[in-house]
Amino acid sequence: MAEPARSRPAPAVEVRDLNLWYGTFQALFEIDLDVASGVVTALIGPSGCGKSTLLRSCNRIVERLGYVSTTGSIKVLGHDIHATDASPIQVRRHVGMVFQRPNPLPLSIRDNVLFAQRLHEPNRRSRSEQDATVEQALREVLLWDRVKDRLHERATSLSLEEQQKLCIARLLPTKPTVLLMDEPCSALDPAATTAVEELIWSLRGRYSILIVTHNMAQARRASDECVFMLMGRVVEHTPTERMFVAPARQETADYIEGRFG
Amino acid sequence: MTPPTVAPSAGARSRSAAQALDRRDRAWWQDLLARAVVGLGGISAVLFIAAIIVFIASQGFEFAWHRLSWSELLTGARWEPTAKPPSYGAWPLIAGTAWITAVAMAVAVPLSFAAAIYVGEFATGRRREWLKIVIETLAAIPSVVWGVVGLQVMNPLIQRLFDTPVGLNVLNAGIILGLMAAPIMTTLAEDALKAVPDAHREAAEALGATRWQTIRKVVLPHARPGLSAAVLLGIGRAFGETIAVLMASGHRLLPPSSVFDSAATITATIAAELGEAAVDSDHYQALFVLGLVLFCITFTINLLADWLVRGGRGRA
Repeated sequence: MAEPARSRPAPAVEVRDLNLWYGTFQALFEIDLDVASGVVTALIGPSGCGKSTLLRSCNRIVERLGYVSTTGSIKVLGHDIHATDASPIQVRRHVGMVFQRPNPLPLSIRDNVLFAQRLHEPNRRSRSEQDATVEQALREVLLWDRVKDRLHERATSLSLEEQQKLCIARLLPTKPTVLLMDEPCSALDPAATTAVEELIWSLRGRYSILIVTHNMAQARRASDECVFMLMGRVVEHTPTERMFVAPARQETADYIEGRFG
Repeated sequence: MTPPTVAPSAGARSRSAAQALDRRDRAWWQDLLARAVVGLGGISAVLFIAAIIVFIASQGFEFAWHRLSWSELLTGARWEPTAKPPSYGAWPLIAGTAWITAVAMAVAVPLSFAAAIYVGEFATGRRREWLKIVIETLAAIPSVVWGVVGLQVMNPLIQRLFDTPVGLNVLNAGIILGLMAAPIMTTLAEDALKAVPDAHREAAEALGATRWQTIRKVVLPHARPGLSAAVLLGIGRAFGETIAVLMASGHRLLPPSSVFDSAATITATIAAELGEAAVDSDHYQALFVLGLVLFCITFTINLLADWLVRGGRGRA
């Protein structure tokens, strides 16, 4: 597999020889991938190439389907997430996920932000600590000023853009290290897309972000590294500027120039 | 000279065009007939309800209007329609119905919700399909069979377990009614759970919630209107059930003061006494008034359940 060029600190996510089957259908083949720490890595490729499956493997949410089997390993910060003493619950605390359609829980804005923290900490925090957590998380996603007077309203009453920002905000209180994003802007209009993209870019550095996108322009302007997948395999993994200027593989060139997919 | 052939006038032409369009062929008549038949079927429910109300009210009207004291009916402690002078206090029946229904719900709500959560949220594949079939079969067991179970199985069991002289009591009838209401409540509760979008479950699980946390904090609150409707319809079922209760409750015409007392319900009293009351006698008419009371209660419950489900959909 193509090796990323730069030297860098330990990767945030290390995927080794990952194979994944939905029942008898094999969706991923021998994936080896290092997701660099503290940058934005974009996963691109045509529909059905396995990029969402790979993303959803990183927090084991793919296993919800019940008929999924895997071989190989995924390490997050050096810990094997499939180890016998690792539970998906702990993995998901460190690996947050944003979905294609904003999916705030049918609770208040405040309760959405505090949801994960309340799950993971048996002792309830004091009101003022909770308030601080909510404010900090909402400030970080640039939503605080817009919603601070209606924290008790239903999260579903927000606009789609605000909902998606809230969905990012509610990941932050448990201090995750990796954020997985599955086409986070595909349900948004252009202005909202720009706003959410800028937000994601601003989170760079503090979090390692792995983002699936269908949008070549988005991958190009809002990622540090790019991973091109085809038919369940990683074809190429290079810094973004290199992939769009001088792709190493013919398939990559064909795809980013729009000859298929 | 032959007259020039006249082209058909514009009016005649449009008339024939209209005739061509207005072809009442077989399909047209079939459509008319099918619409009439299904339309009649559709509104027949309304007709039946109206007819039943009119019938019940007409049978009890004369007595209810002239001689019945409503306050005595609703609060009077003695139901002795054949005594001299007769007493038409339905309180023992109302209290008996309420007690038995309460016990029934205490049995049915935990049982049906647990079953619904298991079938809807945990069971998968073939096991889930099998369970659903079994639950539906359970709902189809005739109520007289349940009555026999109350009489022959529960009765000695309760006598032995609780050392009571009679095992035909509120507890017995309540458990039997609860088991009878549980399958339909399970089906309704499962529908309510199924209506919760999977995106909510996925969101909660991605945030690190266990399956149970997801159910408790997200699924159940979101499904609450539907679950309430399930309970209400179960209550309606328990209120209206007759033969099984008559067999299992002991049919004692006094307000019960514990679950080990025998009791009588409104439905069982109507069933037991209507056959021996002379047609159009006060007793006969009083039973129809009871029927009207029962009808009003179940109608209100159903309306409430319907309102809850609609309200829930509107809010979500």
